[in-house]
Amino acid sequence: MCDTCGCNVTHGNQHLIAAGGKLQKTGQGNEAVSVLKSLLSENDHAAAHNRQHFDSHGVLALNLMSSPGSGKTALLEATIDALGNRYRIAVVEGDLETENDAERIRRRGVQAVQITTGTACHLDAHMVHTALHQLNLDDIDILFIENVGNLVCPASFDLGQHRNITLLSVTEGDDKPSKYPVMFRAADLVALTKVDLLPVLDDFDPDRASGNLRALANAAPVLEMSARQPETLRAWLQWLDDEVQHHHTHCENGETLRPRIQPDGAHLHGLA
Amino acid sequence: MHELSVCQALIAQLEELAHREMAQRVERVLVGVGPLSGVEPQLLQRAYPLAAAGTLAQDSELAIEDRPVRVHCPQCGEDSDASASRLLCAHCGNWRTSLLSGDELILIQVEFIREKDYV
Repeated sequence: MCDTCGCNVTHGNQHLIAAGGKLQKTGQGNEAVSVLKSLLSENDHAAAHNRQHFDSHGVLALNLMSSPGSGKTALLEATIDALGNRYRIAVVEGDLETENDAERIRRRGVQAVQITTGTACHLDAHMVHTALHQLNLDDIDILFIENVGNLVCPASFDLGQHRNITLLSVTEGDDKPSKYPVMFRAADLVALTKVDLLPVLDDFDPDRASGNLRALANAAPVLEMSARQPETLRAWLQWLDDEVQHHHTHCENGETLRPRIQPDGAHLHGLA
Repeated sequence: MHELSVCQALIAQLEELAHREMAQRVERVLVGVGPLSGVEPQLLQRAYPLAAAGTLAQDSELAIEDRPVRVHCPQCGEDSDASASRLLCAHCGNWRTSLLSGDELILIQVEFIREKDYV
């Protein structure tokens, strides 16, 4: 398959380059070149490279996404407290400014690399790759990548992670999945956080949140939890155990574990 | 506002393609964007001239083809139109559908100008 002659043009786009098609030749006789390549193919390429790194070192990489303040760092702190003795955990923190989150993680005795993006509203695969240079992947079982708090932009950039986890705190609306379909469609697990506050909130219904997620054709588990109540984390910790096993099995078979939804470029371009 | 990042990645691809095609300028670019790509066509349109300034794509036209959201239902076998926030089968209501189109973010075609075109 090549990128220049149009042999990779999908059925839906054939009319554009067929003889006499509106883009085959211009009035001035300029050359029209068919490409059909993801706009983010460079990022997708770097993401595939990251994923190979993770796999060759047996590291399970998880991408945490949510709006700001939904409890990503708090969930990581509680997870480290619960699993720190069983798994070697490391964290890549993405924020516009400050080392605050990385420092919180380090206080738990876990290595953390802070990426400050300046004005960029998301992490991309190149930023994560640069951060990986500061970590010894041989010393890590689970790498959490805490993305920039934002329900829009992070969803469009593959980082090389194996799974996407999207947090939805119960102080937000239960219609968030409908409002941010790109983000929630990409989730392999949805964590409903801060559920200890449910008794004082009369406008958040976990079932409605799940229903809105299902309307995106997403069958991902929806787990209710609170970082302040360790006993509510049981299903989440079990899911992590299962994914570590799942990843090991895949690596042993020479296969790669990928998020349920791949950015468009991955399946277009054979990088998936 | 990740549309600027997307445009910068697009411009990098255009420069690489132009180099390979030995073209001097980009005249027109056609991209396909679906609502589930997470990229807003209007913002892409506005960011494009900023990213293109000073490159061989400066002053080129960005054409955007909106891609429809379509799903396939494995239960009843039918395909149907859907909206970004409701990917249900329009025929039987099943939610376990698979996406046929609507998440595209692709560079479909580029029109170049070569030196000889000026002669």
